[in-house]
Amino acid sequence: MPAIELHNLKKSFGPINAVDGLDLVVEEGVCLGLLGPNGAGKSTTMKMLTGQAIPDAGEIRVLGYKLPREAKQARAEMGVVPQLDNLDIDVTVEENLAVFARLYRVDDVPAAVERALEIARLTDRRKEAVDRLSGGMRRRLLLARGLVHEPRLLLLDEPTVGLDPQIRTELWTLIDGLRSRGTTILMSTHYIEEAERLADEVAVVADGRVIARATPKELIAEHAGEKTAEVYGPPDRLHEVRSAAEDAGLRVRSAGPAIAIVGAEMAGPGLVPHDAIHRAGSLEDVFVMLTGEEAE
Amino acid sequence: MKSAEGARTVRRLEPAVILAVMGRELANFRTFWKSTAFTSTFEPIVYLLAFGLGLGSTLVADVDGIDYVQFVGTGLVATAVVFSSALPAMFGTFVKERFQRTYDAILAAPVDVEELVTAEMLWIGLRSAIFGCFPLIVTMFFGLEPEPTMLLVPIFAFVTALAFSAFGITMAASVSKIDQFNYVTTLVITPLFLVAGTFFPIDQLPQGFQIAAQFNPLYQLVQLVRDACFGLEPVDALRFLGLLILAFVLWRIAIRRMTRRLII
Repeated sequence: MPAIELHNLKKSFGPINAVDGLDLVVEEGVCLGLLGPNGAGKSTTMKMLTGQAIPDAGEIRVLGYKLPREAKQARAEMGVVPQLDNLDIDVTVEENLAVFARLYRVDDVPAAVERALEIARLTDRRKEAVDRLSGGMRRRLLLARGLVHEPRLLLLDEPTVGLDPQIRTELWTLIDGLRSRGTTILMSTHYIEEAERLADEVAVVADGRVIARATPKELIAEHAGEKTAEVYGPPDRLHEVRSAAEDAGLRVRSAGPAIAIVGAEMAGPGLVPHDAIHRAGSLEDVFVMLTGEEAE
Repeated sequence: MKSAEGARTVRRLEPAVILAVMGRELANFRTFWKSTAFTSTFEPIVYLLAFGLGLGSTLVADVDGIDYVQFVGTGLVATAVVFSSALPAMFGTFVKERFQRTYDAILAAPVDVEELVTAEMLWIGLRSAIFGCFPLIVTMFFGLEPEPTMLLVPIFAFVTALAFSAFGITMAASVSKIDQFNYVTTLVITPLFLVAGTFFPIDQLPQGFQIAAQFNPLYQLVQLVRDACFGLEPVDALRFLGLLILAFVLWRIAIRRMTRRLII
């Protein structure tokens, strides 16, 4: 039985179609990255998975429960790590965890709190109020709070958004540990590197639906090819190179101050300038080619 | 990891869930209870000194045979109840929903809006029932004789606070900006407070106000508290029933409004 099944899911806010016919199946034990630009419908999808948003149309099954009718049962077996920090900041670290252990009706609350403290590596800070913790510690606590009841499924909504690189790497290590222990994870992100490093499979979302889905390697092979050539130079020159490549049927995208010729291994002689920088095709190339958005 | 087969059955209004949500409130309350308790104790003293002793020693000696200090002191129970229920419910709910995103976190757990609202109301009701007794205790130092029927006062305060907390939660779920609470305070809370019979008997007011006061839950609470202190009357059962019905109706409205706010 898949952990998550979404069929033809739709959700509008006035004239905006936030989710527009989204289909997605996540098998148990898989870490799936929901990769998409801001406004692609990732957070709305996450909210529908917890029953905090009701779809206008479509079907949702989570851990075998039909939502939104059985959302409460489903939530009992899933953990959620939100995008925004919503910890109780005046309360101690261990009280934050204990409150949620009780909300999840965990039988042995002290044991669950101990386990979560170890996950967050905050055992020695247990008696401190949350507002005395660093940003990284608070994020770890947020993750541990979502795991306090040992959920079968973990929803991570942009787990590292706005964090500095060091804290991000810390969290990635924690999430990777969960993944290797077999916890099913659905992680929304707009960070390419995050999806590439953590996800077994990536579903690229744009305009409220999944437009591509496979392992990062497969996505790169299918949508980016083996090599990408980055060309730098003045705008006139870039325009010239771009036109020539596109006329020859190659795909070209902007890459900051440069242009990137995607699938450069297919280029005929003279199409890729000799001073171009060659690199392997990447998930970033896939993301930009499919969504038309700049990568972060 | 738990299996699907081992999953607990969930149903409506689970006591364990309601207690857990209240436990969260308690954990937070422990961080600021001193200031709240100080205000709740000090305020009735100030009112008693200003109105009770001030007016009582100069203009009004007694009202219907009740010493004026005790008349005001017993009336202040209703004041304490409304200010410790409606206002925290309005501001607390709005802040937790909009700024702290606390309800997003709670509703991601197996808790539904009905349980959330019920727990918040019960917590505020319990707090108000305790704070509502403070003016009574203070008035005892001004000569109010303890009576066994006074033990009913926390129950009266609790039920009234449930109604006002539901009202506050409903308002929080209805406004888009926190400063819109000024309208609620000015147009609803203050008038209710002024025509509750706390500082003067309402039979001094024009007849229209006297009739309107009958629909004022604060007035009914003031009467219940005074009767619990100076002698209960059969009509008090009706007053209490009215407050219970009001609390129930406002509870359902609060759930409906919060559901519309929280579940998109």
